Amino acid sequence: MVTAMKESKGDKLFLISTYIYLCLALVVVLYPLIYILSASISSPQDVNSGAMWLFPKNVTLDGYKLVFENPKIWNGYLNTIIYTAAGTLLNLAVTLPAAYALSRSDFVGRQLFMGLILFTMFFSGGLVPTYLLVKNLGLINSMGALILPVAASVWNIVVARTFFQSTIPKELQEAAHIDGCTNLKLFIRIILPLSAPIIAVMALFYGVGHWNSYFPSLIYLNDEAKYPLQMVLRQILVLQEMSAETTGAAINGEVAMAMNNKAETASLVKYGVIVVSTLPIVAVYPFLQRYFVQGVMIGSVKG
Amino acid sequence: MKGNKSLGKRIWQNWELYLFMLPALLYFLVFHYGPMYGIQIAFKNFVPSKGITGSEWVGFDHFERFFNSYFFWDLLWNTFSISFYELAIGFPLPIILALAFNEVRNGPFKKSVQTVTYAPHFISVVVMAGMIITFLSPSSGMIVRVIEFLGFQPAQFLTDPAWFKTVYVFSGVWQSTGWGTIIYLAALSGVDPQLHEAAIVDGASRIKRVLHINLPTIIPTITIMLILNMGNILGLGFEKILLLQNSLNMEASDVISTYVYRAGLVNAQYSFSTAVGLFNSVVNVILLVTVNRIAKRTSENSLW
Repeated sequence: MVTAMKESKGDKLFLISTYIYLCLALVVVLYPLIYILSASISSPQDVNSGAMWLFPKNVTLDGYKLVFENPKIWNGYLNTIIYTAAGTLLNLAVTLPAAYALSRSDFVGRQLFMGLILFTMFFSGGLVPTYLLVKNLGLINSMGALILPVAASVWNIVVARTFFQSTIPKELQEAAHIDGCTNLKLFIRIILPLSAPIIAVMALFYGVGHWNSYFPSLIYLNDEAKYPLQMVLRQILVLQEMSAETTGAAINGEVAMAMNNKAETASLVKYGVIVVSTLPIVAVYPFLQRYFVQGVMIGSVKG
Repeated sequence: MKGNKSLGKRIWQNWELYLFMLPALLYFLVFHYGPMYGIQIAFKNFVPSKGITGSEWVGFDHFERFFNSYFFWDLLWNTFSISFYELAIGFPLPIILALAFNEVRNGPFKKSVQTVTYAPHFISVVVMAGMIITFLSPSSGMIVRVIEFLGFQPAQFLTDPAWFKTVYVFSGVWQSTGWGTIIYLAALSGVDPQLHEAAIVDGASRIKRVLHINLPTIIPTITIMLILNMGNILGLGFEKILLLQNSLNMEASDVISTYVYRAGLVNAQYSFSTAVGLFNSVVNVILLVTVNRIAKRTSENSLW
């Protein structure tokens, strides 16, 4: 009764403007995404002239045909999958045991280790000394250069540690020790099976990082055959290297002839690769959103 | 003596935990503390064949050369102005959006707005740069079309130096505002509902409750985020800048980190660019410590 009475005119107005604001945010964020999706299956003439502005026009799948018939993109995709899988496994193998050890209050020296790790968040050697180190380790032009220098992140260790501290009851560990269970057994048989959510969060955070990374490949790889997808995308989208090789036009004579306008082919391929490269993540993300959000929230508890 | 014994015992009891720690420890020592050892080449004339320790000391020569170079003030200005521009626009928006989310009933509408606004966070920086370049293309770009449709004259966004910073900041707003709300929403979930009930009884309007109950509750989170942002002020989105940089917008887009990349890795001036990078890191640390101290004095919220 009280609340109903107090829903004054001002409150209603405020609530309505909040909804309008959120709708505006929705449109501003959503429109470019829909535009890309529509542009990737519309005829390039309609896209470039502005005739296509929301829904696809003169639907064509030629763009995707070109993308899928392009060996460079396939090769990049394959490399990215390998780097992401190997990199994420390494990340988990380094992060989880360390985070667990650091979560144990009976672990002598954990303050020291924590300090050592946290310090690197605020001060680093910088680009050139890191590059020289990787070079001296003989990692140039190898997968090691892409995954070893990012084998763990401070932030993720802190998030995982907070998870272990707040969800694993101390009694469990004490009981296991009384039963003569070693720390290794305890970790593998009891802790890990209880930690599915944090393993998922870590795998997702690290995995997305590897999938989207381009800068390490730019400085450490010099063999194009080893380029991950993001480097191929950089050539197509940013450097606009629209050579026949990059766009795949030479591979498919039929399609290329049908659209002998090179610029049109180029724009079609662009929207196509954006969709193809981003879709795996954006498509699974709504289902995993809960985990991502959880990860950020766990981290914010003790940031 | 007795204390020592029990310490040794305590360590021995959990010897496996040190094994658990080992990979991470090795990683941080090699890949983070290793490069810190390499910083000494900023004070040397590094010659690859002589190695880091074998190269000759030159003191602060590289720093002097950097401070006296004609591009020093330009780099510093670009770095600071882009950072503060980004902070001024990009920092308050997630807070406002989170407060708005918090006002709306839980339901499909709220959930879909959240899902959509979080999504751009997962777009890679290369695709983001590609989208910016495509959308701002003077001949066929989507954004250029929208501006023409609204009856304005579109600018040469990608090649006019005057527009570079705006393009950088607003594309960042598009990409990260939604995701940035999560941490504030977590803080907002801690608001005591009794405060709202009491305020409603007292006749406080919705907007007043947002400003006097919700906002003060998340002030500690806001302070911490501000400190972290200030500490990272010179470490701005270097990867995106590098991708959007071209010879025409260079005078507005060249920042310290892109300069370090070009001088160090493209032109192989190892010592000089390490000195420039070290200058950057030191300024960062000083800013972080200063802001943290100010925050501690004025609000009792601080990182340490």
